[in-house]
Amino acid sequence: MKYMLLIMASSVDEKGGAAGCTVEDWMAYDKEVQEAGIMVSGESLADLVTATTVQVGADGARTVTDGPYAETREVLGGFYVIDVPDLDVALDWAARCPGARDGAIVVRPIADFGV
Amino acid sequence: MGEPTASVEAVFREERGRLLAALVRRFGDLDLAEEVTSEAVEAALARWPVEGVPPKPGAWLMTTARRKAVDRLRRDQAFAAKLAILQVEADRADPVPAPEPGSELPDERLQLFFTCAHPALAAEDRTALTLRCLAGLTTPEVARAFLVENATMAKRITRAKRRIREARIPFRVPGADELPARLPGVLQVVYSIFTEGYAASSGPALQRLDLAEEAIRLGRILRRLLPREREVAGLLGLMLLVHARRDARTGPSGELVLLEDQDRSRWDAPMIADGSALAVTALTGGPPGPYGVQAAIAAVHDEGADLAGTDWPQIVALYDVLYALAPSPVVALNRAAAVAMRDGPQAGLDLLDGLADEPLLRGHHPYAAARADLLHRLGRRAEAASAYREALGLVGTDPERAMLQRRLNAAERTESP
Repeated sequence: MKYMLLIMASSVDEKGGAAGCTVEDWMAYDKEVQEAGIMVSGESLADLVTATTVQVGADGARTVTDGPYAETREVLGGFYVIDVPDLDVALDWAARCPGARDGAIVVRPIADFGV
Repeated sequence: MGEPTASVEAVFREERGRLLAALVRRFGDLDLAEEVTSEAVEAALARWPVEGVPPKPGAWLMTTARRKAVDRLRRDQAFAAKLAILQVEADRADPVPAPEPGSELPDERLQLFFTCAHPALAAEDRTALTLRCLAGLTTPEVARAFLVENATMAKRITRAKRRIREARIPFRVPGADELPARLPGVLQVVYSIFTEGYAASSGPALQRLDLAEEAIRLGRILRRLLPREREVAGLLGLMLLVHARRDARTGPSGELVLLEDQDRSRWDAPMIADGSALAVTALTGGPPGPYGVQAAIAAVHDEGADLAGTDWPQIVALYDVLYALAPSPVVALNRAAAVAMRDGPQAGLDLLDGLADEPLLRGHHPYAAARADLLHRLGRRAEAASAYREALGLVGTDPERAMLQRRLNAAERTESP
């Protein structure tokens, strides 16, 4: 079963990492995920100021605005997709993620559209 | 063996939860397990009164349910293929236990307890699912217990089951390292069923004893399944020690009778003895937990010959321990009431007034009522009357409202000479 771990940072420093977590913390976590053989994909996102939002209206008109779609207090800083047996295992991996200590990890099952 | 229908129902009461848990374990799907459990029970209801109860009713139900599940899986191959994959993963993680001696079915209800009380489910869904799956209540019975419409409850249960399936909340007992974090969630579900039964939050009746009894039944099952967990003993002890007072707690017309006015000869002495023994177990052999301490407080109350003969210093000391373990304004409120009994109403009132800014107590009628009682005892009638009026504005059940009204009337009678 695949789960996406959305890494929500309460604040983001200039390198895009959550404040308070060292680069070494993230490298160590990434290595653990790789070595456990559960990694499907994962990326760290560039700074929020680089985001661009696209919407297409009912008339087909495209609106492009700078910045993210919704300004929320917490910022999506990156994600992992992991393949593990069940939610408890996914929650364990989320809890070990350095981002869980400064912000929060939202765990979402990947939709399964049949066999 | 007695009248057939009675024994049929007794068997179901005992076996339904076990059957469901074993089927969930086998097929990995709560919906399928519930469906075939119900079908097996229906088959038994149709056949047993005619043919007699089979010598191994649990095994009969299990075989029937399993056959129905296999039929269903033959009809729906895609579903079957998916379940098969799930099962391989589940078996790898958690091998099937053997049935214990003297029982027809392995007892796998503990897995189901932890699934139903999983922190990824909403709190209200946890209670509803536990009543449905482990206490074996029907959806309309669960709806009645929560005073909501059938359709609302059906929707809630469906939503919770869907979440279990789609987020794949596992059916497993947490490992020893996780147990301390997960067990309180299970105990909380059982205790919230009990407190809703004991002091219903709304409605015409003060106590819904059937709900309290269901909670005790769940507590006994947990106690059997986790004999070494002292907090389980504490929770069961607490529930028994409180439930032992049920008959004395309401008067002939359903009115609330406070602890101080209860006829203690109507307390259930054997139940108190059971509860006290469990409280001792809960507090022996390790650091105390919050349920064990609450059980001990209830035991001290139950052992007092009357209000004056109650060991108030001991109760205050236990509240101090409880507050250190689980600090909450409600514990502070109860401690203040005990201090008032030990040191007099002014000492209690001082503590209560110190809690006035607690947001949790602002809409809490026991806080206003406790202040009112102490003010009344201090002869400050006008302030007492005003506090009773405040409590009346917050109270949920009719018997409690009537009791507060009587107290308000008493305060007002003496208010102006």
